[in-house]
Amino acid sequence: MNRLLISKWAKVVVFVLCLAPLGILIWEGFHGDWGPNPTQFLEHATGDWILRFLAITLAVSPLRKIKILGLTQLIRFRRMLGLFAFFYAFLHFSIYLGLDQVLDFRGVWADVVKRPYITVGFTGFVLMIPLAITSTAGMVRRMGYRRWQMLHRAIYVSAVAGVIHFYWLVKSDVHLPLLYAVIMAVLLGWRLFAWFSDRGRRPARGAPARKEPATVAAR
Amino acid sequence: MLLKRAPDLKYSDVTPREIYLNRRKFLYGMGLAGGLALAGKSVANLAFPSARAYAATSLPGLVKGPFSTDEKVTPEQAVATYNNYYEFGTDKGDPAKNAQKFVTSPWSVSVEGEVAKPRKFTMEEILKLAPLEERIYRHRCVEAWSIVVPWVGYSFSTLVKLVEPNSNARYVAFETYFDKKQMPLWGRAGIQLPYVEGLRLDEAMHPLALLCVGMYGETLPNQDGAPVRMVIPWKYGFKSIKSLVKIKFVKDQPPTTWNITNAHEYGFYSNVNPAVDHPRWSQAREIRLPGYFKNTKTQMYNGYGDQVASLYNGMDLKKNY
Repeated sequence: MNRLLISKWAKVVVFVLCLAPLGILIWEGFHGDWGPNPTQFLEHATGDWILRFLAITLAVSPLRKIKILGLTQLIRFRRMLGLFAFFYAFLHFSIYLGLDQVLDFRGVWADVVKRPYITVGFTGFVLMIPLAITSTAGMVRRMGYRRWQMLHRAIYVSAVAGVIHFYWLVKSDVHLPLLYAVIMAVLLGWRLFAWFSDRGRRPARGAPARKEPATVAAR
Repeated sequence: MLLKRAPDLKYSDVTPREIYLNRRKFLYGMGLAGGLALAGKSVANLAFPSARAYAATSLPGLVKGPFSTDEKVTPEQAVATYNNYYEFGTDKGDPAKNAQKFVTSPWSVSVEGEVAKPRKFTMEEILKLAPLEERIYRHRCVEAWSIVVPWVGYSFSTLVKLVEPNSNARYVAFETYFDKKQMPLWGRAGIQLPYVEGLRLDEAMHPLALLCVGMYGETLPNQDGAPVRMVIPWKYGFKSIKSLVKIKFVKDQPPTTWNITNAHEYGFYSNVNPAVDHPRWSQAREIRLPGYFKNTKTQMYNGYGDQVASLYNGMDLKKNY
């Protein structure tokens, strides 16, 4: 499996797959499938894909660590998947800004300040911007891996914010938001569990060393 | 001497209990099995007799009603495919798909409570209580989208006068049909069912309040509330209750579904009001469907202020949202 993952075509295939949702949306648009309220349709469709890509991105590390799957090479795709989560978030926000709010920047800011589900959704989106900017290999080098990794843990916040945003905006049918909540809880819970069990396994250290346990433990 | 022959039935001839109890399903199964030989249509008739008797029958001889707007009418396709009818699914496209087999005939509406003449109206009677009018109303959903619909019906007050409410009747409580079998997605709705709504009696008696049996010159599609619904154009859409089976005249303000679900967000009155925001979104503007931009200004009482504002004289509309 790993051999398949490191083949030079693998990234191209994954890239095309990640663009497929957008392609399907455009195709549906040409066939009049956006329905009578296309703005809402597109907001919901792109919103769904943000949460899916966030979940897929967060699934990379756990899947790599399950030895019998032999998927350690999945790491090659993590950046691309994360960037696609940001790409769909950017589309989502643009549709809200351009169509829903008709470029009324003051109205958007009023929403961000006043309406909790928008506050939390906007926060999740804004937190993804520095991650997208610092996603290059050069940036990792410049920042140093440790600091870079610390920063990129912001994706956990974005994922949680995305789910809360969804949960708070539905009127009464919370099934789908709860499903995403369970998925994110499993993915983040796994990290917490791994961190705790790693910490327990390591021999006790002196006080100065304890300042930096995150380096080794976090994934 | 009269000799009766013993029926030559053996126990093995007895229909097994399960098949007897599920004879409809059995028939349907037989129908499906025979479907290869039979015409598809007759199979459907076997399974769902007269299921769509009221679906899209044209209503001839409509009178032009009062209060019609001359705004551009929303295409019927949009009104019939973009629905909030949570019993049939919470996605806007769900009801159009899932309500197709909803049986709306025979149908009757029970009118009861604080009235001198409680009675049941059959659908046939309702269609003949008054000349059917076409009224083109704006319809504003609480979710900030709006449509313009040529409804068919007559003022609800016509029916009220027939049952003669007594002096105790101060409110009207409405109830939607509810059947878990026909509405298998009911459990996902997240709202208490059956769906209930209510109006103050003077609101219900207002000539704008429409007892609605059709749209676009035809009977109502199932997803739009067939066979009979209310249309209250100056209130948010959820007040316009669908598929009515019960109307009860009562003394105290009746419970209403969205108010039960979230009292903080949905009040009993729910008059369209651009100055009072929904806690989660602004009500100042709306998307006129079909369309892309939320750039239509929402009007007080959805533009029916001249007719209905006097109903709310002296009331704090922020408190009574």
